[in-house]
Amino acid sequence: AALKDGLRSQVSAALKEGRVTPTELCQRCLALIKSTKFLNAYITVAEETALKQAEESEERYKRGQPLGILDGIPIAVKDNFNTAGIETTCASNMLKGYISPYNATVVQKLLDHGAVLLGKTNLDEFAMGSGSTDGVFGPVRNPWSYSKQYKEKSVPRSHSADAESKWVITGGSSGGSAAAVSSFTCFAALGSDTGGSTRNPAAHCGVVGLKPTYGLISRHGLIPLVNSMDVPGILTRCVDDAAVLLGSLAGHDPKDSTTIQDDFKPFELPSLTDVSKLSIGIPKEYHAPGLSSEILALWSKAADLFKNAGAKVVEVSLPHTPYSIVCYHVLCTAEVASNMARFDGLEYGHRSAMKDSTESMYAATRREGFNDVVRGRILSGNYFLLKQNYEKYFVKAQKVRRLIANDFVKVFRSGVDVLLTPTTLSDAAPYMEFIQEDNRTRSAQDDILTQAANMAGLPAINVPTALSERGLPVGLQFIGRSFQEKQLLTVAKWFEKQVQFPVIQLEEVKKHDNGAFQHQKSASFS
Amino acid sequence: LAPWIPVVGLEIHAQISSNSKLFSGSQVQFAAPPNSLVSFFDASLPGTLPVLNRRCVEAAVMTGLALNCSINKKSLFDRKHYFYADLPAGYQITQQRVPIAVNGSLSYSLCIDNKMSQMVTKTVRIKQIQLEQDSGKSLHDDTRCQTLVDLNRAGVGLMEVVMEPDMCCGEEAAAAVRELQLILQTLGSSQAVMAEGQLRVDANVSVHHPGEPYGVRTEVKNINSIRFLAKAVDYEIQRQIEELENGGTILNETRAFDSRLGCTVPMRDKEGKQDYRFMPEPNLPPLILYDAKSLPANINHQQVINIDWIHERLPDLPSVKREKLVEQYGILPEHSFTLLNEDGLAEFFESVVKQTQMKPKKVIGWILNDLLSYLKQHSLTVKESPVTSFLLADLLNLLEKKEISSTAAKRVFAELWKGEGKTPLEIVKEQKLELLQDQKELEQICQAVIDGQENE
Repeated sequence: AALKDGLRSQVSAALKEGRVTPTELCQRCLALIKSTKFLNAYITVAEETALKQAEESEERYKRGQPLGILDGIPIAVKDNFNTAGIETTCASNMLKGYISPYNATVVQKLLDHGAVLLGKTNLDEFAMGSGSTDGVFGPVRNPWSYSKQYKEKSVPRSHSADAESKWVITGGSSGGSAAAVSSFTCFAALGSDTGGSTRNPAAHCGVVGLKPTYGLISRHGLIPLVNSMDVPGILTRCVDDAAVLLGSLAGHDPKDSTTIQDDFKPFELPSLTDVSKLSIGIPKEYHAPGLSSEILALWSKAADLFKNAGAKVVEVSLPHTPYSIVCYHVLCTAEVASNMARFDGLEYGHRSAMKDSTESMYAATRREGFNDVVRGRILSGNYFLLKQNYEKYFVKAQKVRRLIANDFVKVFRSGVDVLLTPTTLSDAAPYMEFIQEDNRTRSAQDDILTQAANMAGLPAINVPTALSERGLPVGLQFIGRSFQEKQLLTVAKWFEKQVQFPVIQLEEVKKHDNGAFQHQKSASFS
Repeated sequence: LAPWIPVVGLEIHAQISSNSKLFSGSQVQFAAPPNSLVSFFDASLPGTLPVLNRRCVEAAVMTGLALNCSINKKSLFDRKHYFYADLPAGYQITQQRVPIAVNGSLSYSLCIDNKMSQMVTKTVRIKQIQLEQDSGKSLHDDTRCQTLVDLNRAGVGLMEVVMEPDMCCGEEAAAAVRELQLILQTLGSSQAVMAEGQLRVDANVSVHHPGEPYGVRTEVKNINSIRFLAKAVDYEIQRQIEELENGGTILNETRAFDSRLGCTVPMRDKEGKQDYRFMPEPNLPPLILYDAKSLPANINHQQVINIDWIHERLPDLPSVKREKLVEQYGILPEHSFTLLNEDGLAEFFESVVKQTQMKPKKVIGWILNDLLSYLKQHSLTVKESPVTSFLLADLLNLLEKKEISSTAAKRVFAELWKGEGKTPLEIVKEQKLELLQDQKELEQICQAVIDGQENE
């Protein structure tokens, strides 16, 4: 099997038939991780445990008793998920060296399905950011920076040193996971999504990024950013694979009181041929200031695609969209201030050497442990939570949040099945350009198209659509109704098939992928 | 001098009697080795989430019903933020916006002028009952300049019961708390033993002149027994009166009761006024309770709490028990009060009554005057009494059958107290305390005494 193959369609079959073994897959991925180290996608590579898991998987296949499609499949996990025995850092000094005693529910589920955990991926510190540039282990590089497609399109300069300075960001905050999937070092990865942190890097890295409905997948063990908006995110190379992952992760968790009680039935995605019964909504407010003309054109083209195929395409309005950034800022920082209060150096994590008093130890620990972005949000959040400010900011923001959520309810009630929007304002920016603005400014800009879905708790997915003029991926976003992931993914899969997004041409991958299967041009294998 | 009206309100924290903590599965146990009952959630490990303990909710509902409260069918959880070593998450989960029960009342009895014969019933309004987490314990080791933190208690469920400022003195406060304690123990929702920290009381005290608005109040903490509660409140009332009469002012502060000195002292300043930055707890959906009417049809009974179901199963509260004792045995209300006030005494009394022909009205005297005073003298509980109900009943039967005099009976009782295993009859025989019934024998003895007198 090739590293590029779809899970359900090809890899799983190959494993079952013994054409490739879990150990081989694992070794290939580990080797590729090593040779793509410059991407800085991984914070920790759990080589020993991964190989052991692969061995165990192999035993099961030999006995003819694999645990399912995911058995033996190498996956990566964003470093804000607790993994027992493997360091969990959140890319922060506060948790450097922290070895959690328990697995996040989603991690445990993956392991229970036989998945092979390759390692923990890089992110913005505590998932705060939209570039994966603000973690203590350095920024993540978008694999497409090194792709033939990007290199061909960039204005040739004198020497390769410029390639260094021209590398583009992955987007964030789940940049490491997106880069890992994009560069074929794993078949799927877990990210998290609070304001777009799975969909944004998915768009920039040309992979599928799914944000499930809030309450569908357990957050137990996901180190929280905003408890009322966080969800575990799924990053894969095709929509079918996202459905496989979803099937193994969704469902009630008694350890997470915000998961719904209803039974979840994993599903296979139908291959839609007739879209005439579909109603696609185009929210006009998503023509946001700063949206590149390129993406605007692509969005329009996509709408036409549906129209020409017989679907009903209507313009709709989500009037409170412009307020969502400010609303998000208040609610996010307030919850951050609260969630970060536990990091005092007393029970775990970094503890300052300052010993004069408990208070001074707390203060020094937190100053040393957190970066400016985190501290800035804590200060803002505490300000909004002050008694004299609470009504004006927090309660007001909650009301605005309700209005934003109601916008979606109204639109879906009017008969629209799925919304189609851009995911990002433009393709990935070069790192040197991106860091010209501070984290808060960038986040405010970049989250605009994605975080209303978090406000409303709705499922949303980025589907890689086309390459930009610069040869970088651009994705489009579908937003669905609550708990209607099947419908959402079915539409996404149809769209994926239509656009035939190109496979990334990476030298490193060619070296490691001797492929028993033919390489195909598209990333979607139907 | 214009009279002063003291105003006393109470905030009482009762530890819920449950196997595990309010939001996590670790065990609840007094005096376990430090940090041996701490789950990942209790230690605030990142990524852990609270899961509500059903038993704790039931305890709060029971308590609310027993205190005549309205049970809120929807209540909410909030985070109360402050930094302290015994609060690992940097916030406590409590119910600030909408607590589980509101607007109740508690009736309690007091003796007027210390005379047991004159009891008066008073009522204090219950503002609310809320569920919240207990904190851990920190011990300051000043010699080594360090603080030792034990998280065993962190996360244990508490019911905070807020009593409105309807009380006027230490005695009332003590009586109200005592009654609450009995109620909690009867319900089993809390063992309410103050010495083990299962019942903690903070008093809010102020004074004002009639017709004027309430004065500035102080909060008094560190009260470790009901007796000290009365002392602390009365001291604080006096202190405030003296301060104001000397032209001073009362600060809105927190004071600690010093039991050694019998006074209240200002507590170390906790950085002035704390802003707790209350915020809804996002990981816990609203707590929805049902009653028979609102219970949905196809519901999993393990997932819901039915208030009516709990109401039907409430045990007899102390006030009801007292009335029943008065009715059943013809004893006085103040007797009934004392019976219930001593742990196990009512059961002892009833047990004796069952085993003797003596009328309950007479038995009660022996229970309250003799048994109880001996117990108090020797600082023993009813359970520890060397005189069992069987033995006492035996003795009272002898008295009832006129085989001994009441004086003799008292001597036998004293002897029984030694706990040497002798029966009342054996003691009577040993000490020749039998009442002589024979007329002739009596005449002989009297004659002998008279003869003896004549010889002097």
